[in-house]
Amino acid sequence: MATQSPKMNIKDLKLWYGDFQALHGLDLEIPEKQITAFIGPSGCGKSTFIKSLNRMNDLIETCRIEGTIELDGKNIYSNKMDVNKLRKRVGMVFQQPNPFPKSIYDNIAYGPRTHGIKDKKTLDEIVERSLKQAAIWDEVKDHLDRNALSISGGQQQRICIARALAVEPEVLLMDEPTSALDPISTAKIEELVSDLKNEYTIVMVTHNMQQASRVSDKTAFFLNGHIIETGDTRKIFTNPDQEETENYISGRFG
Amino acid sequence: MRRAYDEELEQLHRKFYQMGCMVNEAIYKSIKAFVKHDKELAKGVIDEDKEINQYEHDLEQSCIELIALQQPVTTDLRKIITVMKASADLERMGDHAVSIAKSTIRVKGNKRNATVEGMISDAGEKIKKMGEDILSAYVEYDKERALEIAKYDYLVDSLVHDIKEASIAEMKKDPELVLGATDYIMVSTYIERIGDYITNISEWIVYFDTGEIQELNTHHTYENL
Repeated sequence: MATQSPKMNIKDLKLWYGDFQALHGLDLEIPEKQITAFIGPSGCGKSTFIKSLNRMNDLIETCRIEGTIELDGKNIYSNKMDVNKLRKRVGMVFQQPNPFPKSIYDNIAYGPRTHGIKDKKTLDEIVERSLKQAAIWDEVKDHLDRNALSISGGQQQRICIARALAVEPEVLLMDEPTSALDPISTAKIEELVSDLKNEYTIVMVTHNMQQASRVSDKTAFFLNGHIIETGDTRKIFTNPDQEETENYISGRFG
Repeated sequence: MRRAYDEELEQLHRKFYQMGCMVNEAIYKSIKAFVKHDKELAKGVIDEDKEINQYEHDLEQSCIELIALQQPVTTDLRKIITVMKASADLERMGDHAVSIAKSTIRVKGNKRNATVEGMISDAGEKIKKMGEDILSAYVEYDKERALEIAKYDYLVDSLVHDIKEASIAEMKKDPELVLGATDYIMVSTYIERIGDYITNISEWIVYFDTGEIQELNTHHTYENL
């Protein structure tokens, strides 16, 4: 494989919540148009880390960060970075489906509208394209005016993915996107994610080791605010270099 | 995800079939080279064995990764185990073709016997047919057919038995045949072993279908030692 420069490049990232240091100098490269999975026991810092990739931690007052996170070579924590633009480029999907209490259509059109798109025809196109990309168009196309909260959890999560895709992000962060879903919906989301990597760079936190092994190209194993090991998922799941990785993956602790 | 997984399983299936075709080709060529005294053809069989080994290596690697990354269960698991085990049998069959090819190259103006070589050619035809049949049984996961093919193994065994008897009889008549006939006996043993590996593959096809590992053709008796 040709080595290309990573989509995101994290260097010596340290993060504190008040006096508590949650991340201890992390280095990681996130390759473009691949799926990178973060695994590790609860409290290891993987959710904190993924949130720092589009500065969601800015909302926490006591949070302090050192080190750099580059998106296409530009530090996202520099003063010149426009956080709204950053979050348009780096979208996020959360653990619990969290559609707005609005119609399906308005959920998807929300982002494009805030970025100034008013033309009805353009919005229609964006809504259709996003719902199709999120593999839910056929299920909802006949009732786009329905409240997004009235559909099933698995459908809601795909609406949230469509909403994230509507602003055409470059990177999609997913924090345990299927942990609140049943196995069928989970399979649909996994299928969807593996299709999306043709166009998007995807970073996914998951508690489900099997999901990481099935879906991802790269895996990073977190423990106590450190990245213990990172590499090709095939390698990590067949013959990891570190004993801690081996123990966690094979269920000896965690 | 299931789709990508299915594609990988399908690819495993196809690669196994390709490997099987190469092995059958090698067996066919090696026997043909032996009875036609064609050293060039025999050398080709030895050269191409590297490719067969590479196929087995790739298949094993894919199987290991599928097990680690997909945690296969039920039919998927049996499919992977079948490929893993049966590809090892195919690889051994290829090695026997190489041994036959080496016998061909070793021959240096030894005296030969057309009758016994004709018998070897017949046994070769039988084993070729078995090899082709087992591959199509595998491709269709046809258990009944696999069981039937395994039954034919005794025909190969008896042909091999006849070749050995005939070789010994001819050696007694004409000691100059000893060098050549020793190779006849060895080649016939290789053919017999190839038949045994084909039977093994039958067992894995049965395993795929039923989930049971059973021994086919344990027809060892003290009489035909």
